[in-house]
Amino acid sequence: MSGGPATGHAVIDKSEIETLIQGLWKSGYTVVGPTIAQSAIVIDEIKSAADLPIGWTDLQEGGSYRLKKRDDQAYFGYAVGPHSWKKYLFPARLTLYTIKKNAAELEIIAPDPAPRYAFLGVRGCDLRAIEVQDRTFLQGAYVDPHYKARREQALVIAVNCAQAASTCFCTSMGTGPRARGGYDLALTEFADRFLVEVGSERGQGVLASLASRPAVQADLVLADNQARATAESMTRTLDVSDMPGLFYENLDHPRWDQVAERCLSCTNCTMVCPTCFCHSVDDVPDLAGETSQRVRVWDSCFNPEFSHVAGGNTRPQIRERYRQWLTHKLASWVDQFGVSGCVGCGRCITWCPVGIDLTEETAAIRGRLEA
Amino acid sequence: MTATAREVSGAAGDPYLPRVFEVRSIEPQAPQVATFTLAATDSSRDLPFAFQPGQFNMIYLPGLGEVAISISGDPDGREGLKHTIRFIGRVTEALSRLEPGSLLGVRGPYGAPWPLDQAAGRDVLLVAGGLGMAPLRPVVKALLHEPSRYGRLSLVYGGRQPIDLLFAAEFAGWRDQGLQLCPIVDRAGPGWRGEVGVAPALVHQIKLEPANTLVMTCGPEIMMHYTIAEVLAKGVPGQNIFLSLERNMQCAVGLCGHCQLGPEFLCIDGPVFPYPRVARYLGVAHF
Ligand SMILES: Cc1cc2nc3c(=O)[nH]c(=O)nc-3n(C[C@H](O)[C@H](O)[C@H](O)COP(=O)(O)OP(=O)(O)OC[C@H]3O[C@@H](n4cnc5c(N)ncnc54)[C@H](O)[C@@H]3O)c2cc1C
Ligand code: SF4
Ligand code: SF4
Repeated sequence: MSGGPATGHAVIDKSEIETLIQGLWKSGYTVVGPTIAQSAIVIDEIKSAADLPIGWTDLQEGGSYRLKKRDDQAYFGYAVGPHSWKKYLFPARLTLYTIKKNAAELEIIAPDPAPRYAFLGVRGCDLRAIEVQDRTFLQGAYVDPHYKARREQALVIAVNCAQAASTCFCTSMGTGPRARGGYDLALTEFADRFLVEVGSERGQGVLASLASRPAVQADLVLADNQARATAESMTRTLDVSDMPGLFYENLDHPRWDQVAERCLSCTNCTMVCPTCFCHSVDDVPDLAGETSQRVRVWDSCFNPEFSHVAGGNTRPQIRERYRQWLTHKLASWVDQFGVSGCVGCGRCITWCPVGIDLTEETAAIRGRLEA
Repeated sequence: MTATAREVSGAAGDPYLPRVFEVRSIEPQAPQVATFTLAATDSSRDLPFAFQPGQFNMIYLPGLGEVAISISGDPDGREGLKHTIRFIGRVTEALSRLEPGSLLGVRGPYGAPWPLDQAAGRDVLLVAGGLGMAPLRPVVKALLHEPSRYGRLSLVYGGRQPIDLLFAAEFAGWRDQGLQLCPIVDRAGPGWRGEVGVAPALVHQIKLEPANTLVMTCGPEIMMHYTIAEVLAKGVPGQNIFLSLERNMQCAVGLCGHCQLGPEFLCIDGPVFPYPRVARYLGVAHF
């Protein structure tokens, strides 16, 4: 992710994606990107271009996600799925250290070194999500060394979105549909080729390993048009002009009671959100009781134990948990990190089993919807 | 057990990693409460554990878990590292079964301290409830090291029964050193000659110069709520009132998200806050 001025454009044939993937594995990266599993486009290890969801797209709505065959062979013709890159930078389960009880001492054993990832297919919203998590894990009072090691080594290859899902609202959040920095390389997909933008020296090095030709002005115009068309097709919006005040002034709004009647407190929204960072640390002892692992696991403000204190619970009802989630995401995040906790990816809308939509809840709090 | 902790290579800079400490002594304090004195086992074992009153440590019991516990010792370091712990759940009940020589993990100190730097020349009123006395004891110790630097020093301390009052053996000494100490209990026991009721009710009896008074309170939120109402009514300015809050806490370094109160992370922004900073959120039920 080393800085370096964003220089130059190039064009590669589609077949070069295979060269790219093989080359990255050979240089020691674990290549991760979109692939189909369990009827969804997830993020997992990509061994070859054939693992990509070529010729597939997704149909997303509140509470619903379906895959559908495209009538072309687009490599990246879909929006974001249930996974995000946080599963690699901030793994859902991570051993922080192991402690061993020897006869007369406690020995603390550091974890294995962090893997080196190449991310293939990072969308604009997710680039911002990574920057948002950087603020949490790298720029606060204490730095998380586990995130840092993964982040510093990660190679980021972005893909500009050629189509939006009905749940997307990145234009409202200023995060997409086009990658706005924070990548080593950014790809724009055309019918027979990719336009490649270089975002760093490291990206320049990767491009040099591919068979490329110079881009011409028409390629850039085509990319601009594609981005504009994607932006114009976006149907959802979220107005965040009055954050954080809007929520702080409405902590007793009746809408919280209404959403609590629908919300199952299932935690899905927090698991799929690319910026949610809350976690617990659990002790996992071995059966003999000689060693114990301190394991960091994703937690959710929707879990009742999340706010447990001996003899009570700070947020006993779903009403208070949903209020905490949305108020944190859109309001207190701004105070804490200087940026919204929402990047407009729409995942929480799609993966909410009852289709609760934060854009709608926010509009209701603002009084622009019938309660 | 003798303690020789191996130092971890690469541990530096990892805020989740504890240091290994040994239990030196355990002093029963009240029913289900004891004060533990701990000592480091690593190369810095001979240095005093530097902290500021109001700060806390994360105490780790291997195989069980980690809990946030205030430091209750004298900040001058001469007492060693002290923690006064109530045995109330999974980890703390396991702590109650430790013996001198047992090893545990310690990370810290963490958190924003009490504003002792603002106390010089002022009347200082401390209002504690129950275990809330633990993080205020270092304040008492610090104030009584140089009582002449301050105005009137008072402590209102409420507990359920006389037997629940922590550090009772030290009360006479504190009074001799110039502290006006008013203990109060919900239920009097045999021989109790003090007040019966709730701590906030005693606050109006305390002599102080409101505009020049610093208030520090720690205890159940409901007790702090009424205490703050009383001192505000006496005319103490809001910005002179400090309170220490408690929420579930997993990391203590601003990363786990559990201890949030609106924009505040209790672990790094608190646990001690000036009242005006959190007043807006404390008024919202279950926030
Ligand atoms: C800043 C701060 C200072 C504290 N100082 C003291 C002190 O000096 N003495 C003392 O006895 N207690 C203190 N506590 C409370 C103490 O942390 C809890 O009593 C303790 O965590 C209970 O753990 P448990 O496993 O025994 O209980 P359980 O009910 O089994 O709790 C399970 C887990 O939930 C979390 N948890 C539960 N209660 C609390 C709580 N009140 N605060 C934070 N996390 C909690 C812990 O991770 C705990 O391991 C303090 C809490 C905070 C936040
Ligand atoms: S809150 Fe929802 S739309 Fe916003 S970033 Fe998180 S998952 Fe995406
Ligand atoms: S808002 Fe939806 S996804 Fe989130 S906890 Fe409630 S039911 Fe689950």
